[in-house]
Amino acid sequence: MHMADALISPAVGAGMWAVTASIAAYSARNVTRHVEDSRVPLMGVLGAFVFAAQMINFSIPATGSSGHLGGGMLLAILLGPQAAFLVIASILVVQALFFADGGLLALGCNIFNMGFFPAFIGYPWIYKTMAGDGSNATKRFWAILVAAVVSLQLGAFAVVLETTASGISELPFGTFVLLMQPIHLAIGIVEGIATAAVVAIVWKARPEIVVGTSTADLRPTGNLKPVLVGLGVAAVLTAGVVSWFASSHPDGLEWSIAGVTGKEELEAPETGVHGVFSHIQRWTAFMPDYNFKPEAEAAPAANKEKAEEATWPAIEPGTSLAGIIGSIITLMVALGIGYVLRIWSRKTT
Amino acid sequence: MTMPNPHAALFDLNRIESFADRDSPIHRIDPRAKLIVTMLFIVSVVSYGKYEVSALLPFVLYPVVTTALSGVPAGPILTRLVWAAPFAFFMGIFNPVFDRTTVTHIGTLAISGGWVSFVSILIRFSLTVSAALLLIATTGFMTVCDALGRMGLPRAFVTQLMVLFRYLFVLAEEAGRMTRARNLRTFQKRGQGIRVFSFMIGHLLLRTIDRATRIHLAMCCRGFNGMFARVQDLRFRSVDAAFIAGWSALFLLFRSVDIPRWIGRFVETAGR
Repeated sequence: MHMADALISPAVGAGMWAVTASIAAYSARNVTRHVEDSRVPLMGVLGAFVFAAQMINFSIPATGSSGHLGGGMLLAILLGPQAAFLVIASILVVQALFFADGGLLALGCNIFNMGFFPAFIGYPWIYKTMAGDGSNATKRFWAILVAAVVSLQLGAFAVVLETTASGISELPFGTFVLLMQPIHLAIGIVEGIATAAVVAIVWKARPEIVVGTSTADLRPTGNLKPVLVGLGVAAVLTAGVVSWFASSHPDGLEWSIAGVTGKEELEAPETGVHGVFSHIQRWTAFMPDYNFKPEAEAAPAANKEKAEEATWPAIEPGTSLAGIIGSIITLMVALGIGYVLRIWSRKTT
Repeated sequence: MTMPNPHAALFDLNRIESFADRDSPIHRIDPRAKLIVTMLFIVSVVSYGKYEVSALLPFVLYPVVTTALSGVPAGPILTRLVWAAPFAFFMGIFNPVFDRTTVTHIGTLAISGGWVSFVSILIRFSLTVSAALLLIATTGFMTVCDALGRMGLPRAFVTQLMVLFRYLFVLAEEAGRMTRARNLRTFQKRGQGIRVFSFMIGHLLLRTIDRATRIHLAMCCRGFNGMFARVQDLRFRSVDAAFIAGWSALFLLFRSVDIPRWIGRFVETAGR
C-alpha cells in the first residue's frame, strides 16, 4: 500500500504533506500535553515492535499464502489515536529512508493513508463505538475486525484517488479500484483477525495495559467539522500553489486531458507563471516538451508550425534518435565525472 | 511490503547506516543542507510530465557525484534499489497495457506512449530512491532526525524516531530468534498458523512493554526530561550554503534545458 515518489505528482505530494504535517503537529502537541513521560519510550519501542512483528509470518489456512500483522489498529488500541498516529508516521519514515518502501515526497500520502484512517477513523468511531470498554470478547473481536477492514478500505481508496490525481500511472480509475479494494478486503480481514488474537492475549495476561486506554474517552472532543474543513482547505491551497509554480509545462495533465476529451491540443495559458516558464523553455530548448506526439497529430502540426521550426520542430524519427544519442552521452559524462571525482577524492584523502 | 528474509533486510539496514561513520567532504556537509538538497532533488525529478525520459537523465549526476565523493560503495545502494523495484515495476507495467498510442519510432520500431512513461517511471524511481538511501548512507539516521528537529519537526516526533531506531535492531533480532525457534519446532504447515503466531506476537508485545518500562526508569535515572540532549552542535558554514546553492542551480538548469536532446542535436548537426 506504500505509494512511491515515482508515481505521484508534486502537487499531490505537497498537498498530502500539508495535511499530514498538520495532523502530526496536532498529535505531537496533544501527546506532549496529555501523555505522561513514561509513555515516550513506550511509543518508540512499540514502533520498533511493529517492525519486528512484521517479520513474523503465519500461514493462512487453505490459501498457501502467509500473512503478518500491519500494526496500525493494534497501536491505536494500545496508545490511543494521537500517539498511534505518531508511531505509525515514524515507522513509515524509517521504511521510506531505509527500505525504499514509499518515498520522501510520497511520505505525506503514505502516512495519511496508513495512519489517519486506523488512528482517527477506525479506532475512535468504529472500534470504540462497537466494543465500548472492550471487556466483552466477542464484541471486541468483531469491532477490531470491522475497524481494520474499514480503515484499510479507506486507505486503499485514498491510494487510488491520489494515484489518479497524480496522473503518472495509466491505470484507469475503475480498474484500479476493482484491483485495490478486494485485495485490501482480504488484507483487512487478516489484519483484523491477527490484531484481535494479539489483543485477546494481552487482555488475558495484562488487562491493565489495554484498559488504561480503553476507559478514557480519546475521541477528539468537540465538532470534527472545522478540523476536516481546515485540512481540506490546506490540501487544496498547497496543491494549487505547487501545481501553479511547479508544472511549468503541464504536459502530463495535458496528455491525459487529451486522452479523455479526444481533443488534439489544449491551449496552454500564456499568462502568469505558466506563460513565463514556457517562454523560457521554448527559448532554451531545441526541442520543447511536446516531443512525443502521436503521429497523426505530428503531420499537421509540422505544417502549421514550420515557420517556427527552430523552437518547435516537427516529429521525425531522427529527433528521437537524437534524444537517444544525447541520453547515452549524458549518462556517460555523468558516470565519467563520478569516476574522476572518486579517483581524485582517493588521492586527496 | 513484506520483507522476504528478515535477517537480510536487517543486515542491509545496518550496512547502509554503517557508511555514515566514514569521513568525506559529503559527510562533513551540514545534515540540514543535505536534507534540503535531497528534497529539492526529489521534487525536481517528479515535477516532469509522465512522458519525459531524456530530460531526467542529467539528474543522475547528483547520486553519482555523491557516491563518488563520499566513498560510499555503489553496490549496496544498487542492491537495495533492485530489492524495492518490483513495486514500481508492477505499478508502471500497466502503462504499456493501457496506453498504446504510438508516439515515436526508433528505426522501424514503433514505441507506444505507455512504454515511454513506463521507462520514465523506472528512472524516476531509481533517482528518488537512491537519493534517499544516499542521504542516510552519508549522514546517518540519528543525525537526520536531529536535523529535522532543528528544522522545526516537533520534538515529540524526533524523540519517537530516535527511540524507534535505537530499539529496531534489538527487537528485530528477538523476532528473528523467535521465528527460527518456531521453524525448528514445526513441520510443514503444522504450528505455523495463527494460534502460535498470536502467542508469539502477544508475548513479544508484553516483553516489549516491560522493556519500555525499564528503559523509562533508566532514562529517568539519567535525567531524562522529555527530550534527548544534543550530542554535537551544528554549525551552518558557507560551504553548506554553497552546497545548497550549487545543486539548486544545477537542478534548475536541468529542469529548464533538456541537455541530452541538446547534445543529441549537436552531435547530429556535427555529423552532417
